Amino acid sequence: MTQTTRTLARALLDVDALGAEGIEEVLEEAGQMRGEDGRPVRSRELAGQIVANLFYEASTRTRVSFEIAARNLGAEVVNVQPSGSSITKGESLVDTVRTLESLGADAIVIRHSEAGAPYLVSRHFDGAVVNAGDGLHAHPTQALLDLLTMRDRFGELRGLRVAIVGDVSHSRVARSTTIGLVLLGAHVRLCGPRTLLPPDGWLEYLPRSERGGGAVQTTSLAEALEGAQVVMALRMQRERQTGGLLPGLREFVRDYGLDREKLSRLAPGAVVMHPGPVNEGVELAPELIVAKDSLIGRQVANGVFVRMAVLRMLLGGERG
Amino acid sequence: MARVLLRNGRLICPFTGVDRTADVLVEDGRIAAVGHGGGIVTENAEVLDLAGKIISPGFVDLHTHLREPGEEHKETIATAVEAALAGGFTTVCAMPNTQPALDSRITIETVARRSEGLGVRVLPIGAITVGRRGEQLAPLGSMAAAGAVAFSDDGSPVSDAGLMRRALEYSRPMGLPIVTHAEELALSAGGSMHEGAVSARLGVRGIPAAAEEVMVRRDVALAEMTGGRLHVAHVSTVGAVDAIREAKRRGVAVTAEATPHHLALTDEWVAGWEDLDGDGRPPTALGERAYDTSTKVNPPLRSRDHVEAVIEGVRDGTIDAIATDHAPHSPLEKECEYGCGAFGISGLETALGLAMTLVGRGAATLPRLVALLTSEPARAFGLPPQGVREGARAELVVFDPEREWVVDPSRMASRGRNTPLDGHRLRGRVLLTIAGERVWRSPELEAR
Repeated sequence: MTQTTRTLARALLDVDALGAEGIEEVLEEAGQMRGEDGRPVRSRELAGQIVANLFYEASTRTRVSFEIAARNLGAEVVNVQPSGSSITKGESLVDTVRTLESLGADAIVIRHSEAGAPYLVSRHFDGAVVNAGDGLHAHPTQALLDLLTMRDRFGELRGLRVAIVGDVSHSRVARSTTIGLVLLGAHVRLCGPRTLLPPDGWLEYLPRSERGGGAVQTTSLAEALEGAQVVMALRMQRERQTGGLLPGLREFVRDYGLDREKLSRLAPGAVVMHPGPVNEGVELAPELIVAKDSLIGRQVANGVFVRMAVLRMLLGGERG
Repeated sequence: MARVLLRNGRLICPFTGVDRTADVLVEDGRIAAVGHGGGIVTENAEVLDLAGKIISPGFVDLHTHLREPGEEHKETIATAVEAALAGGFTTVCAMPNTQPALDSRITIETVARRSEGLGVRVLPIGAITVGRRGEQLAPLGSMAAAGAVAFSDDGSPVSDAGLMRRALEYSRPMGLPIVTHAEELALSAGGSMHEGAVSARLGVRGIPAAAEEVMVRRDVALAEMTGGRLHVAHVSTVGAVDAIREAKRRGVAVTAEATPHHLALTDEWVAGWEDLDGDGRPPTALGERAYDTSTKVNPPLRSRDHVEAVIEGVRDGTIDAIATDHAPHSPLEKECEYGCGAFGISGLETALGLAMTLVGRGAATLPRLVALLTSEPARAFGLPPQGVREGARAELVVFDPEREWVVDPSRMASRGRNTPLDGHRLRGRVLLTIAGERVWRSPELEAR
């Protein structure tokens, strides 16, 4: 049995465990979920299965995307939104997961503010587990939808030049998408102010790419953007400013906020992406969001296909 | 207990400077005779043939969390004593971060009284400040009179430099060390693991090495100014080792300890990349045990450069002693998200096996390792020497330096099964521990 099928037979915790072939398998599958008309192919394939959305962090977008994906496949969806107080009252994550298992949940889709929480869930839950974002660590379905969006536009990702700009340090999207891109052979430049970049050493712990992919970090936006084919802006959390990591948002916008002028360094035919929701006028100038080179809307649509593919591979008939 | 004859073992006693094949006869909790290998002939004694095994004074742990009083669901004095025996320790120094804290004559006496008759010597450490709150000096003199062997707010630093200065000054005439838990909270707050490449990869908030170094440097300066005795607990960073080395060179009264886990494990363990031998395994996907809270400890498991520096500190004598920082927890505190888990490793029973990696990699000889676990910690705290001498109370450990065993938390004597070593193979196994009348035998010894 290959690494890929073994991993997706149980859980999707991050893209690293999928490897390049595993990622491509999911992307192929996601393509199958997209009909000729560009809309999801609905089925009853997961009829009778229960998908529990366990979201410890509010996230309407991701939760709804998972919910629609599951319903498109005929699964039942329950939304569990533990209030912050029930966590502090001592109902532990493990308790909650055991309860969901007893209640008959077949899959848990978990969003949590603590890195690694989905790993804990997968150790205590017999069904399938999907990481819908854990702390600063990973957001694998976001990475997969980013990869699908880039592949739709550029075909092969090998050699693709991608700049990821902004608060890299606090971005699980940056981590997972970088890992996916590197595995598929792309060249990633991570860019932001020094206080919002992880220590350079972390690049040593990225998976080895058998396709010549790699990642570098720079504080120079010009360097990051020069000749890039994709630029992905990251959401800037306002509390970073109060955390003393930045002198102020204005300075961030001046140096790293993307606008037409700064984007003139990109390669011809380059595209703009963002995991959403966008702080307009902070990481992206408003006119870029709906521009014809923006793929932000495509990313959202692809999210449903990718999540359908993941749920189908985890819960579908060929499982086991 | 009647009579036990330990025959033909290699007796390594750093207190008396002995390293030779010997027989040791133990009678009613006392060392009745020490002779040349095969030299003692006696009747009515259980005879253990110990060829190839080490006989050493019982190990001395400067840093043990007993959890009693107040957190008996994690550990009690009685279960900690069993764990100590299983780990070869016959003396443990009890950290005062109990509930209530050991910050008064009464609480010190309580621990001393509850420990009576258990064989293992339990020596209480008093808190530096009332309630370990870092605001007001605790009654150090009364606690010293009641038997406290050192003072520490371990678990928390004394953040107020002025208060730390007074603690060092005030305790100086007592001759007892102030044990610093060196952590600058402004740098470490919110962190759960070593800050570096691995924490960045894992998205876990980090505790930078500088959080330890700046505090060690502060405390060294205060010790130098006051002439007080400083002992640095659980040294884990390049900068702290350097600071202590420089301080010793200048003649500052400072001693230091390192834990077995900081000498043998790295922050890669948090990612599930477990590699005891350190021959670089390519980091790809996270390991099976990624984010397992059993690796969460304070100070955190550090990156390899720091581990190497601490080992070098042990090798060149900058670090005086190995101490376990045995910190048992119940599943309640550990079976949770990484950021929510309690800090601490249950370490008494795996100490020898981890410390033996120093011998394996040539950083210590076997006699030096024994010294790091016996005479050196005793010297650091000014404890009375407990050599293997005729007439002395029997405080002995027999271990097999070659014997490999697999750590099984379910078989640990400690109530705290929080160890990252579950399923790992260690080399170096305690076979027998004698603490006065108390004799602990390993299953391996029983099976012979």
